[in-house]
Amino acid sequence: MRITVASGKGGTGKTTVAVNLALSQIDGHPVQLLDCDVEEPNAHIFLKPQIASRRPVEKLLPRVDPEKCTGCGACGAACEFGAIAALGGEVLVYDQLCHGCGLCRMVCPTGAIHEIPHRLGVVETGSARGLAFAQGVLEVGEAMATPIIHVLKEEIVGDGVTILDAPPGTGCPTIAAMHGSDVALLVTEPTPFGLHDLQAAVGVARVLGVPTAVVINRDGLGDDRVTRYCDEEAIPIVLRIPFDRGIAALYATGVPLVDAQPSWKDAFRALLDRVAEVVS
Amino acid sequence: MRSVLFLSGKGGTGKTSLAGAFAALSHEKLLVDCDVDAANLHLFLQPTALSEGDYEGSKEAFRDEASCTRCGACRKVCRFHAIGEDLAIDSYLCEGCGACVFACPEDAITLLPRVSGRWMIADTRLGPLVTAELTPGEETSGKLVMLVKQKAEDLGGERGIDREVIDGAPGIGCPVIASVTGVDAVILVTEPSLSGLHDLKRALGVVNHFGIPPFVVINKADLSEQLAGEIAAFVAERDVPLLGKIPFDPRVTASMLEGRSVVEDGEGPACEAMRAIYRRFVEAFGA
Repeated sequence: MRITVASGKGGTGKTTVAVNLALSQIDGHPVQLLDCDVEEPNAHIFLKPQIASRRPVEKLLPRVDPEKCTGCGACGAACEFGAIAALGGEVLVYDQLCHGCGLCRMVCPTGAIHEIPHRLGVVETGSARGLAFAQGVLEVGEAMATPIIHVLKEEIVGDGVTILDAPPGTGCPTIAAMHGSDVALLVTEPTPFGLHDLQAAVGVARVLGVPTAVVINRDGLGDDRVTRYCDEEAIPIVLRIPFDRGIAALYATGVPLVDAQPSWKDAFRALLDRVAEVVS
Repeated sequence: MRSVLFLSGKGGTGKTSLAGAFAALSHEKLLVDCDVDAANLHLFLQPTALSEGDYEGSKEAFRDEASCTRCGACRKVCRFHAIGEDLAIDSYLCEGCGACVFACPEDAITLLPRVSGRWMIADTRLGPLVTAELTPGEETSGKLVMLVKQKAEDLGGERGIDREVIDGAPGIGCPVIASVTGVDAVILVTEPSLSGLHDLKRALGVVNHFGIPPFVVINKADLSEQLAGEIAAFVAERDVPLLGKIPFDPRVTASMLEGRSVVEDGEGPACEAMRAIYRRFVEAFGA
C-alpha cells in the first residue's frame, strides 16, 4: 500500500504523521518512508537515518557550438519554455527555465546543440531504526523539484507499506509525489487557512483519482469548519491530534511523538487500519 | 518600503499572518499573493473582484488514434516518462515540451493549451490585491507567480503605487524563485524548531543566491526558548537582522477566524510584537 501524506497548507504536521505512522508499524510489516519534500526535507531530523548511498539527479542543458550555429532561431521557436533564444545571431540559454526536454537539439538543422548534465540535487537512501528510508534534496538555488521526486520514487520496493511525505502546496511537486498512490492522507488544522488549503488538496487527489482520508492536527485550536467540510464531502477523519504545547515542544526538538508518548503507537496503528479500509 | 516578500522555507510558520499584519499597518501599497498553490491572503480581506481571468500556463500533448501508426517514436524521445507502453499520454507527467510532436512522423500529436488557474485583481479594505489560484492538479505554479507579479506591476503603474506586500510560498523551488526575483527585501518567518532552523538555512541560501537583503522574524518564539536562541545566534552570525520575536498567542487564530489580522483587533502580545517588527523593518529599510 502506497500512502502519500500531503496537506496543501504547509506546517500542518505532514512529517509528524509520516514519521510516527512509520515508527508505529515497525514490528509488523516492512515499512518504507520516502521524504518527497525535496525543497525542505525534514523527516531525517526525527529519524536520524544512516545514509548508505547517494545518487545525483541531473537534467540535461543545451549548449550551442558557435562554429556550427547559423543563428536561424529554430531552437528558440520550438522551445515551449522560453529557455533558449536566438538574439542577433547569438543563442542564449536560460538554464533555470530549461526543462531538459532535448527538443532544441532535435530541431537544430546544423547539429550545433549538444547537452551537458546539470546537477539538480541528490537522492539518498539508507535505513533508520529498521525502516527503509530515502529522501531527495534539491540544491539551493535550483527551481525544479519534480525530477528529483521521480528519481526518488524509483526507490520504492516491495509490496509493504510505503509512506511518502509530500511537499506542501498543490503544484507539480505535490502531484509528482501523490501520483500513483493508493491513498492520500491529508493533514490539516482547524483554521480558515487549513480548510481552504485542504479543499485544494482534496481537489488534487480527486483529479488524480486517489482516495482521501483526513488527519486534523492541533485539534481544538480553531473551529469545526474542517469537520463539517469532511462530513459534507464524506471524507473520513481518521485521526485527531490535539493542540498541545507538549507535542509542539517534542516536534521542536526533533523527538518523534511515539518515542516520548508510546501510547500514540496504538493510535497510529489504528490509523493505518482505517487508511487500509479507505483503500479497499 | 517598496516590495517586501515573506518567505519561510518551512510551511506554516506564519508568513501569511505577518504579511496580513504588514498589509494592515502600511499605507498606499499593493497586496500580492504569490503562494498560488495555497493562496490564503484573501481570506483576511474579503476581496471585491475588479477583474479576473483564466491562466493558460502550459500545454499538453494529445495523440490522434486514427493517424497514429504506433511506431513509438514519441515514447522514445519523451524524457518525462509521460508516454506509456500503450502510447497513452499521462497528462500529469506531460510537461508540454513538444518533443513528441516533433518526433511523430505522422503528425498525429498536437500540443493544446490548458487552463491551469485563475488570476484576480480585487479591492479590499487594506488596499488593492493581486492573487491567483492554481487549478487542482495543474502545474507551472512558477509561471503563474510571474503572471501575478506582472499584473501587480501593471496595477501599481496605473495607480501610482510602488509599495508591495507580497506573500510567498513555502519551500525553495520554482514558485519561490519566481517570487524572489526583483523584490527589494525578504522577511523570512521561522519558528523555533529544528525543522524551522533547517529550512530557514536553505531559504536564506536562496535569498542570498539572488542577492536580496534578508530579514528574519521568529514566530511562536516561546514554544522553545532554547531553539529561538539558536536561531537568533545563527542569524547574528550571518549578519542577518532579526526584526523580532512573536510569542504564541491564540488571538492570532481568533482574529483569523473572524477574517481579520490580529493587528486590526489591536490587542495582545502577538499584536504588540508584530507592530514592533513593522516599526523596526521601516526603520531599517525605509517606509
